[in-house]
Amino acid sequence: MSWEPVIGLEVHVQLSTRTKMFCGCELSFGDPPNVHTCSVCLGLPGSLPVANERAVQYALKIGLALECELAPRSIFHRKNYFYPDLSKGYQISQYDEPLCRGGRLGDVRIHRVHLEEDAAKLVHLGQSGRIHGSDRSVVDFNRGGTPLVEIVTEPDLRTPEDAREWLVLLRNTLRQLAVSDVNMEEGSLRCDANVSVRQAGTAELGTKTELKNMNSFRFVERGIRAEVERQVGLLESGQNVVQETLHFDPQGGTLTPLRSKEEAHDYRYFPEPDLVPVRVTEEMVAAARAELPELPAARAERYLELELSADTARRFAYRPDLGDYFERALAVAAAGDGADVSAQSLANWVAELASQLDDADPAESKVAPEALARLAGLVTGRGVTSAVAQQVLGRLVAEGGDPAAIVEAESLATIGGGGELEETVRAAIEANPDAAERVRAGKAEAIGPIVGYVMRETKGRADGGQVTRMVRERLGV
Amino acid sequence: MTLLALTAAQAAEQVRAGELAPAELWEAYRERAAADELNAFLWVADEAPASPADDAPLAGVPFAAKDLFCVRGVPSQAASRILEDYRPPYTATVVEQIVAAGAPVLGKTNQDEFAMGSSNENSGFGPVLNPWDRSRVPGGSSGGSAAAVAAGLAPWAIGTDTGGSIRQPAALCGVVGLKPTYGACSRYGMIAFASSLDQAGPLTRDVTDAALLFSAMVGKDHCDSTSVAFPEAVRRPRAEDLRGIRLGVPEELTSEAEGLEPGVRENFEATLRLAEELGAEVEPTRLPHAAHGLSAYYLIAPAEASSNLARYDGVRYGLRVEADGDLVDMYSRTRAAGFGPEVKRRIMLGTYALSAGYYDAYYGRAQRVRTKIAEDFAGAFERFDFVVTPTSPTVAFPLGARTDDPLAMYLADYCTVPMPLAGIPAISIPNGLSEGLPTSFQIAGPAFSENRILDAAYALEQAIGFDGSVPR
Ligand SMILES: [Zn+2]
Repeated sequence: MSWEPVIGLEVHVQLSTRTKMFCGCELSFGDPPNVHTCSVCLGLPGSLPVANERAVQYALKIGLALECELAPRSIFHRKNYFYPDLSKGYQISQYDEPLCRGGRLGDVRIHRVHLEEDAAKLVHLGQSGRIHGSDRSVVDFNRGGTPLVEIVTEPDLRTPEDAREWLVLLRNTLRQLAVSDVNMEEGSLRCDANVSVRQAGTAELGTKTELKNMNSFRFVERGIRAEVERQVGLLESGQNVVQETLHFDPQGGTLTPLRSKEEAHDYRYFPEPDLVPVRVTEEMVAAARAELPELPAARAERYLELELSADTARRFAYRPDLGDYFERALAVAAAGDGADVSAQSLANWVAELASQLDDADPAESKVAPEALARLAGLVTGRGVTSAVAQQVLGRLVAEGGDPAAIVEAESLATIGGGGELEETVRAAIEANPDAAERVRAGKAEAIGPIVGYVMRETKGRADGGQVTRMVRERLGV
Repeated sequence: MTLLALTAAQAAEQVRAGELAPAELWEAYRERAAADELNAFLWVADEAPASPADDAPLAGVPFAAKDLFCVRGVPSQAASRILEDYRPPYTATVVEQIVAAGAPVLGKTNQDEFAMGSSNENSGFGPVLNPWDRSRVPGGSSGGSAAAVAAGLAPWAIGTDTGGSIRQPAALCGVVGLKPTYGACSRYGMIAFASSLDQAGPLTRDVTDAALLFSAMVGKDHCDSTSVAFPEAVRRPRAEDLRGIRLGVPEELTSEAEGLEPGVRENFEATLRLAEELGAEVEPTRLPHAAHGLSAYYLIAPAEASSNLARYDGVRYGLRVEADGDLVDMYSRTRAAGFGPEVKRRIMLGTYALSAGYYDAYYGRAQRVRTKIAEDFAGAFERFDFVVTPTSPTVAFPLGARTDDPLAMYLADYCTVPMPLAGIPAISIPNGLSEGLPTSFQIAGPAFSENRILDAAYALEQAIGFDGSVPR
């Protein structure tokens, strides 16, 4: 019997506005506790919230980027519950009249997008690190009231890998929008997952659980995988999945249920009487639309038209830094000597550069896009071999400079068909008489040691294809 | 004692004319307030204020503020033990505006805890006594402000009205109380009871004072999204008659009203006759849903209050009762010790009304009734300039008479609750005595009709000639 996971994500994004959602306090990260607070975000008696227009505009940008329907009128609700990180005893959020509904990113449908305020940060002193069993807890209200956008997907994801990959796409899309730092480690991007499993081929949904505290892309994948395995294990042993909220422990990779006291809430939602409805005008939508950059999905389309492979197109679209670098190199190549370099081979060199840089942004490296384009041109024009080009790239990464000059100075140019290579081929056959005999006898694959000898002697500067042809010619096959 | 006999507007005129020193006025009232025997004040200023600017419209005439108005560095407790000696780091917008207009804060007045009550017996700091008869209540929740103005302990005062909390105590103490249009005055810095209903307003000796103080309170505040710019300047009322004015008398709030005392009814009818003599047309009208106002009010207001009062949890300020490190236990003990019984009752009512499964039947339905009441008024204002009723169905009742019967207590707001539900303004002016105690007349008009309401009230006030001097 095969099981199909059904996964939906709830993503919280801290917006990078200058001030908080409902007061004028500055947003900060890493400042001393409780310095960015006021009567509003501390919930002092008599204080009132006022919605941050910039946050509304950021949320509209997100809604547009996710192809959502934008509500001309939406309202805030109060979500009531007691917790020390909540200064008013309620969180101002949106409930049944959110800012955005519907939409899509990649293959995943968006259910809704809404605005709310973040809670403060609780620090539990003592050994457990959680509120139960801690000696004492202290609250830092610097974070309290930070604008948050919650993005809820439909349950359209089917594997833990897909969930992770989609989340990366979302992260990169939001980064392109310049509305958030989208950093999972720092908590500006947070992801909960709703997970259930069902028998493959059935349409009915199984009982779902909610996973929390997966604070890296890797943990999202691991947490969901662990939960899918747990649910399959339960079902296969004839037990039921219980609807509950689970806390992911990244150390052990385990899932523990949150105490029912912490989750059994009746939030008593009702419309926030201290705020007026959010009215979205056509001008606001037009302004948000004008600020939209090219988004990953559109970029991937454009790369496919350049005949990049689907994988490369997606990778460069998801990694706008790579895409930008690639496009600069491509423009130089098209204008200069590298006109005959294919987009895909240039892309391969960008990918190679990225891997030598441990995935850092190549624009920050010593390798100019012009230099990479020229290097690719040298390879395509057979001025250097791929093996040599790899070495040259290493030099460029370490020191920068012009690839042609490096090739010249280090005498790395490909050794052509002249006497020098003839002589080396002859010496290689002489040094490998057994291999030569077997090639003559028709075993073409025995040529390796002879070619290898030549490559060693020439330090990789010979063209492998040409060497093979010369060896076969000399052996008369 | 001539100084204390001046209305606030008269005192302001004398100050501007150089006939009265603001310091003298301040000292006279400070002494009166400090010697308060009515428990009307919870705090009295002891530092003399700076002299007002020469052109300050309120000319240094001090005012008393209901305790729930935040004043920086001054106890602002909403008369609750849970906020005992809480001193806020900021000042409410309306208080700032009044101070900027030249009136210094004389003191903070007692009230029902968190503005929940109609007798001022729900204060965490003891009841206020009615200056007309100290064995009776002053009304509530702005009972301290009403009693202070009636007894001459303050030239004028501000309060808040949610279901009648300015008008009803004004009525029981024989002073003028104006509940403005929702949004006319900023709510920023007013310790909230029910956000969609709360409005600040003046309690004064006469209608002219009410207009003058109100003129310093209005305005759009960028700290309160629900505030709006008042569409015109607030004028000093001058009307001498009511010619061309049509008054609608809603049967639901007058002849059919439950518990309307005969003395109150007689004085109401006498005022209607007087209005006709001044040229007004008086006709019966209907507000079919007004009778359900109390029911809707006692769902909406507690629902909002249950949420507004959640912040008093012992974590950041105010009372905290420790509980061996257990968080929920600390919450429970703190709130059990800090809130009085009426506040607890309303928190429970409101929590229930918002609960999953009950929301539509209670809160949702109450909101629909609220819409109907607003439509009723809109319909009445197509035919009438104003809707008029008695303010309170009764005169001031004895202390303790209704404390064991919350429903009887809630009836005190029967005639005042529909207006805040509709967001419209209404004024209460004294219109006579019954058994030696003041009765009152209420005039309600469409949103932002305060100038016209004040004019009509002024014309009636002159004709009634109510003697506000409290028997000694
Ligand atoms: Zn703040």
